[in-house]
Amino acid sequence: MRKVRERVIRYFPAIVVGVGGIAIWEGVIRALEIRAFILPAPSAIWRALVENWDAGYQIFPAAQVTLQEAGGGLIAGALLGLAVAFAVARFPTARDIVLPVGIAVNAIPIVAFAPIANQWFGSQSPYSKMAISAALVFFPIMINVLRGLTQVDSSSLELMRSYAAGDMAVLRKVRIPNALPFFLTGLKIGTTLSLIGAVVGEYFGGLNVALGRVVVESASTLAFEVTWAAILVVSVTGIVMYLVVAGSERVLIPWHPSVRGERVA
Amino acid sequence: MTAEKTPDPLVVRLEGLEKTFALPSGETMTAVSGIDLELRRGEFVSLIGPSGCGKSTLLRLIGDLTQPSAGSVTVNGKRAHQARLDRDYGMVFQAPVLFEWRTVEENVRLPLELTSQDRAGRDARVREMLALVELTDFARHHPYQLSGGMQQRVAIARALTFSPSILLMDEPFGALDEMTRERMNSEVLRIWEQTGITVVFVTHSIPEAVFLSSRVVVMSARPGRITRVVEIDLPRPRGVETRESRRYFELVTEVREALRGGEGRAEGDHASLERAEAEGLIG
Repeated sequence: MRKVRERVIRYFPAIVVGVGGIAIWEGVIRALEIRAFILPAPSAIWRALVENWDAGYQIFPAAQVTLQEAGGGLIAGALLGLAVAFAVARFPTARDIVLPVGIAVNAIPIVAFAPIANQWFGSQSPYSKMAISAALVFFPIMINVLRGLTQVDSSSLELMRSYAAGDMAVLRKVRIPNALPFFLTGLKIGTTLSLIGAVVGEYFGGLNVALGRVVVESASTLAFEVTWAAILVVSVTGIVMYLVVAGSERVLIPWHPSVRGERVA
Repeated sequence: MTAEKTPDPLVVRLEGLEKTFALPSGETMTAVSGIDLELRRGEFVSLIGPSGCGKSTLLRLIGDLTQPSAGSVTVNGKRAHQARLDRDYGMVFQAPVLFEWRTVEENVRLPLELTSQDRAGRDARVREMLALVELTDFARHHPYQLSGGMQQRVAIARALTFSPSILLMDEPFGALDEMTRERMNSEVLRIWEQTGITVVFVTHSIPEAVFLSSRVVVMSARPGRITRVVEIDLPRPRGVETRESRRYFELVTEVREALRGGEGRAEGDHASLERAEAEGLIG
């Protein structure tokens, strides 16, 4: 109970700022009589959200579709990133080939390939969106995991050497545990990127029940309250995905300074 | 079974040991050279000398963490490499090098996880080791919840889990404050007496070397050589009275003069010697 109270006290200022901001937004719109197609009032966005939750633009089913695409892309990108990181960490020659290429590829704005992914995997298929998501997620996961696997304290390696430990034992006992916090950091970055990939992929075509499509379609009919409502849902989805990963950190790496810092005063 | 006392068997024999490093400039740097030394079972030998005298390199050569350029290292009658594979070594570094994702008992258990020993046997051994360093109550703690001295005690317990025949310690208490260091010195002597293990102890603290050792090996820098070996004949068990005895002061002075002699000849950095002195005797 005490913990809950501490948290409420801790996040109280943030809540005040958030609620206050929305109130000011509402007030300014009403006072200045700003037209809805420039900036709708929070109350209007909320109404649009409720009205189009299941009916009309079907925001809730659309969110489920988008979440599936983003989640699928996140998992695929993470698996691919892990696989490449392990391979590159194991074979130093692979590092010299993969890293420069990877860094060059990462400089390309991958979302620009969304129309091509739609062409390759079919614009109606969720896989075209997952492909863009996965491509976005891949790099931060790969580079973070690689860092975690290779940036191991040299004394730790000497210690393992003094135990006559083999490469596999070093990998299992030292490198993988060392890489876990790095992987989770990559995954946190990946949650946001996977949603960006999915939504941008949807902009370039696909089934109408998807948040990116709701944004595009509603904006084209000047139903901007719906557009804002869809953006709100995308944001909340992103926050929830992030919180899931951040919550898993507390379970998986309770010893890590980033996690324990909150518990040890 | 004769009444006559036979000398303890040799544990470490160093012959004509030399280690050179290739510098990026293409030159070679001689870290240690012409090292001949024999350690008998149950000895506590300290290596002392200014920075750059190669005392850590010598320790790492004994432990097969680096290879000699010339000469040989024989441990328990085997080459150092074989001794390492046979897990004859326990290592303790200046940093505790504990794995932060493991609890105290999991850290101590780590070496045993590399063996085929069964779970019950492992757990019993871990309990035994934690009792030895008096950390039983902290078994479930994580390293970050312990003080520096306690962390180093975990490292010592971990180094002893294999029951190695030789314990290599590389400035293990260099990062601790003076009070903790003295307590750890007594602690390590108690463990040494309890286990009968052979210890090679690298330090740059003269009082620490004299207090702990049966012999102090004094080294000079560039190239690292053994300039003198001082026998420490202080009675055991050693305690607070030891540090206040006349003989202790005499031996500290003897080691310090040996260090100064070596330093003068090598014309190395005086800063490190001064540091060693500053950390040592005041009076």
